Amino acid sequence: MNSPAARRAAASLAASAFGTLLGSLVLVGCSKPAAVSASASARPVTLLNVSYDPTRELYEAVNKAFAAEWLATTGAQVTINQSHGGSGKQARAIIDGLQADVATLGLAYDLIELNRRAQLIPPDWATRLPNNSAPYTSTIVFLVRKGNPKNLRDWGDLIRPGVQVITPNPKSSGGARWNYLAAWAWALKQPGGDDATAKDFVHRLYKNVPVLDSGARGATVTFVDRGIGDVLLAWENEALLARQQLGLDKIDIVLPSLSILAEPPVTVVDKVVDRRGTRKLAEAYLAFLYTKQGQEIIAHNFYRPRDAEIAAKYASQFPPLKLVTIDDTFGGWEKAQATHFDDGGSFDQIYGQ
Amino acid sequence: MIRGQQIPEELGRYALLGVALLYLVGLVAMPLVVVFVEAFANGIGSYVRALLDPYALAAMRLTLLTAAVVVPLNLVFGVAAAWAIAKFEFRGKNVLITTIDLPFAVSPVISGLIYVLMFGAQGWFGPWLLAHGVHIIFAVPGIVLATTFVTVPFVARELIPLMQTQGNDEELTALSLGASGWQTFRLVTLPNIRWGLLYGVLLCNARAMGEFGAVSVVSGHIRGQTNTLPLHIEILHSEYNYVGAFASASILALLALVTLVAKTLLERRHPELRAGVTPRA
Repeated sequence: MNSPAARRAAASLAASAFGTLLGSLVLVGCSKPAAVSASASARPVTLLNVSYDPTRELYEAVNKAFAAEWLATTGAQVTINQSHGGSGKQARAIIDGLQADVATLGLAYDLIELNRRAQLIPPDWATRLPNNSAPYTSTIVFLVRKGNPKNLRDWGDLIRPGVQVITPNPKSSGGARWNYLAAWAWALKQPGGDDATAKDFVHRLYKNVPVLDSGARGATVTFVDRGIGDVLLAWENEALLARQQLGLDKIDIVLPSLSILAEPPVTVVDKVVDRRGTRKLAEAYLAFLYTKQGQEIIAHNFYRPRDAEIAAKYASQFPPLKLVTIDDTFGGWEKAQATHFDDGGSFDQIYGQ
Repeated sequence: MIRGQQIPEELGRYALLGVALLYLVGLVAMPLVVVFVEAFANGIGSYVRALLDPYALAAMRLTLLTAAVVVPLNLVFGVAAAWAIAKFEFRGKNVLITTIDLPFAVSPVISGLIYVLMFGAQGWFGPWLLAHGVHIIFAVPGIVLATTFVTVPFVARELIPLMQTQGNDEELTALSLGASGWQTFRLVTLPNIRWGLLYGVLLCNARAMGEFGAVSVVSGHIRGQTNTLPLHIEILHSEYNYVGAFASASILALLALVTLVAKTLLERRHPELRAGVTPRA
């Protein structure tokens, strides 16, 4: 053990360990001048889009197209950075200081929070862009194992004993809140349905939920990769994407008799763009989502487009579905949030009971 | 009679050994193999492509940068704290020891959240920082801070017992022979602790590169900007990009393996570093 050879080995080991450290310092040192020279030549403009979980592929495509468009019309380079996570969690991060130029979140309530808690955007944010500032819509569908072995056709089937339902945590995930409200709305519209029967139905539904992920993408991974659960309550776009990514032989999509119209809103974060001087760019970026080209990218990434012409082109991908809206059935997001998802709301009452 | 007793004893030994081996193979070795199998699932070409992806490179750079700042910081702090605790008597010594242990005791999520509470836009210093254009949370400084916090104990905890057993006789002798404080440290103390120090640095480095929880809270997850390698891996995995995720994971695993091999060789050379004197990591 104490032979000169072992001593030499240990010494060279020590040298290489410190070498690694030195090497990393050098690497870091090298990266700096590169960044500086790049900014000196073109002064690239950056934009940060803070979005919710399932929009990764959508905005990757949008960013590429928009950057090309911006370069063609203004001659300026633009780099759009992305951050993704559960919608509620992302809103919280923006409130805590994440420098988002634009927020593209899963539901209106999270933008209301940006206004209420930190006055980052004005109260009338929803009317600044067409269609309630939601350039695309989606809805909630069921993703089941191939061949639908448990024969799950509608919301009522989900509360059967032995059925495992996968849905994320409505406290942190926008998609999960849509799931919750869609289930509630279905129960409400059943014969003799009222708030009490709806609450009882949702209670029984959540008794079949074995695990609550923090975001929609995490729930998809739980269901698809880890093979947990019989049915995933998913965004339609997420379900279509999962089917495309994983092949048609693994999962089926089931459309329930009734679902909810989800309008994921977008906004410029005024306090950030005014500080960074990026308002013009940020507004152009959001306007791009409403153009024919933007709408085409949206439909191509499995979100329902607003533009009638593009919608007609992709009609086979988006079968008509009976949809309730948050305003008609729940009196708007602020009311829905207070009733169902705030501390002590209906979700707290049923979950953990 | 004697033979009869020996055989069951040997059987017991092999049974124990078998259980330990099975356990390690199933829980540690197999997953490690899976990482590399998945990483090379589509051939070496897509493996290399995945690693040369600009976001992957940015994540590696950030992880190395973080380690390069955090490890020297904790090295200096660890030596200073261990020195003070092992060689001097002072009031509040136990408080200091407990404080050094604190990062081991709290969940990494809390380690991240405390910095959001301090430096976030709604936090104590957030509004002032924002007004002056200083970004800590959701930027590189926040990641470095959170990682530093999580890795504070490694070097100090490694050195304290080592320095305590060595006592200060040699240092006192050096001082009485006219050596300066710096000479004493360099020529007497440092040679005595160098292996323990290196061991602590290796552990600290491994954790600094691998930390997920605390960094996840303060990162903001901006691709190419504030994603460290562990965060990048999670993102790729949730995008169904398994080759990319496991290629990046293989880099982290390789870093960990290098650290482990270094640690093993060190232990072989210096048996006194083995478990028992090591920190409660």
